[in-house]
Amino acid sequence: MEKAIKRYFPIFVLPTMLAFILGFIAPFIMGIYLSFCKFTTVTDAKFIGLENYKKVFTDPTFVHALWYTALFTAVTVVLINVLAFAVAWFLTKGIKGTNIFRTVFFMPNLIGGIILGYIWQLLLNGILMQFNRTLTYSATYGFWGLVILMCWQQVGYMMIIYIAGIQNVPGDLLEAAKIDGANSKQILTKVTLPMVMPSITICTFLTLTNSFKLFDQNLALTNGEPSNMSEMLALNIYSTFYGRAGWEGVGQAKAVIFFILVAAIALTQNYLTRRKEVQQ
Amino acid sequence: MAKKAKDDVSRVRRAKHGTVLTVFFSLLSIAYVYPIILVFINSFKKKAYISRKPFAIPTGKMFVGLENYINGIEKTGLIDAFFVSLFITVFSVLVIVVCTSMCAWYISRVHNKMTSTIYYLCLFSMIVPFQMVMFTLSKIANMLHLSNPVGLIIVYLGFGAGLSVFMFCGFCKSIPLEIEEAAMIDGCAPLQTFFQVVLPIMKPTCITVAILQTMWIWNDYLLPYLVIDLKRWKTIPIAVQYLRGGYGSIDMGAMMGVLVLAIIPIIVFYISCQKYIIEGVVAGAVKG
Repeated sequence: MEKAIKRYFPIFVLPTMLAFILGFIAPFIMGIYLSFCKFTTVTDAKFIGLENYKKVFTDPTFVHALWYTALFTAVTVVLINVLAFAVAWFLTKGIKGTNIFRTVFFMPNLIGGIILGYIWQLLLNGILMQFNRTLTYSATYGFWGLVILMCWQQVGYMMIIYIAGIQNVPGDLLEAAKIDGANSKQILTKVTLPMVMPSITICTFLTLTNSFKLFDQNLALTNGEPSNMSEMLALNIYSTFYGRAGWEGVGQAKAVIFFILVAAIALTQNYLTRRKEVQQ
Repeated sequence: MAKKAKDDVSRVRRAKHGTVLTVFFSLLSIAYVYPIILVFINSFKKKAYISRKPFAIPTGKMFVGLENYINGIEKTGLIDAFFVSLFITVFSVLVIVVCTSMCAWYISRVHNKMTSTIYYLCLFSMIVPFQMVMFTLSKIANMLHLSNPVGLIIVYLGFGAGLSVFMFCGFCKSIPLEIEEAAMIDGCAPLQTFFQVVLPIMKPTCITVAILQTMWIWNDYLLPYLVIDLKRWKTIPIAVQYLRGGYGSIDMGAMMGVLVLAIIPIIVFYISCQKYIIEGVVAGAVKG
């Protein structure tokens, strides 16, 4: 059978492969090469070695964005996962209205980041106005505004995954624990949590990468104001590319560093939490 | 019998907590949709009052009827943007589902160095952030004259292939080979086997992939913003962001109208396909 299929390579694989080369492989390789070049468009690139990378680390906006993003990611990953698990825990107890609550909590996920950003800009600015402040008054307001927005958006998504995980815990396991005299706290920490470890792996992975790569919400909510102080990495790279003439090479170098960071985080996190999973 | 009695007891206990929890979650749900309701209320308010009194109900001279909506549509060309978004999303998702499922079936049935290379490249592409390729991708798309909605579909197929191929491959491995062999022996050519036997079996995965890609492509801002010719086409997120204009001055009235109009199709889609969306998200998460 393999032989018969093999001849059909041009029909089955080629269209996807061509688009994949065009949309991913070629830009990726060119991107790596261009990070060592000075250029304004792709055709006038001149090789200059590590010059761009040196500039990246002496650029204060990049270093600031890096710490701002790291802090943001740490706060949101913990908050979103704790909240999502708590909501999922209560919504699997069979209380009335579970389906409606689930529907409502999930809804913000379908709305795009740009639209969400402006919705929350209205609400948060309205509240802050009572204290004569706006979101762009200082980076701290922008930070917590983004945290609230991100929680609002992502808790529902992670909740859905946790609910599926909790419902997959075999009933006889819980019953056995009850018969052995475990109280509900013990059941939660010794039975349910270890059993939903795969869901925790997935949810931390998703929240980590989503928070770290956040762009749309950042752009719409504060646009990096005041003076780039609420700028996260993705937005910083974007504004280096398109906001500062002659800095395209530096922007590309930042993008390469950004890619390495995302890859490193994803792989480490995967390795660490996979170890904690139990075999069923 | 004993088990039933125990169930009844726990149901009584549950119901006690249950009412408290239901009330608590009801309040939380209202708080959860409040931001959207607030935008809806403000969309009927005169523009000067929106920033100053965002929590007031629009009455008397604050009320402007549909003026914000009309203004917003005129300023952004939202109706055109809606159809551009619809076109791009529907056809990109269709193309992605058909092409990547074919590709995934091929590379999980034919085993050689090339197919495994393709598989690992797809896996790899999933962890690469868009910022890494955004500049070069937009330049390549420009050079190849892909700065239009049809070209964008090709770009989406390329950039979205990684996740889809990965998910289809995961499912292909679980299809028993005997089914396909039987079809081949009965005289099916590979194309026929795929479309008449394999694809129907893969339907659940197709729905999952379609849902995940729809959520991504419909809301995507940066990729179309960089690739497409903005003078001629806008998608909905681009139209919304367009209202910001230069240096932070936003026409809040038009913005509220546009936001409400942008949310409506999403809510309609959500309510009509809710079951598939939630199943798709769960299935997608388990494999991703």
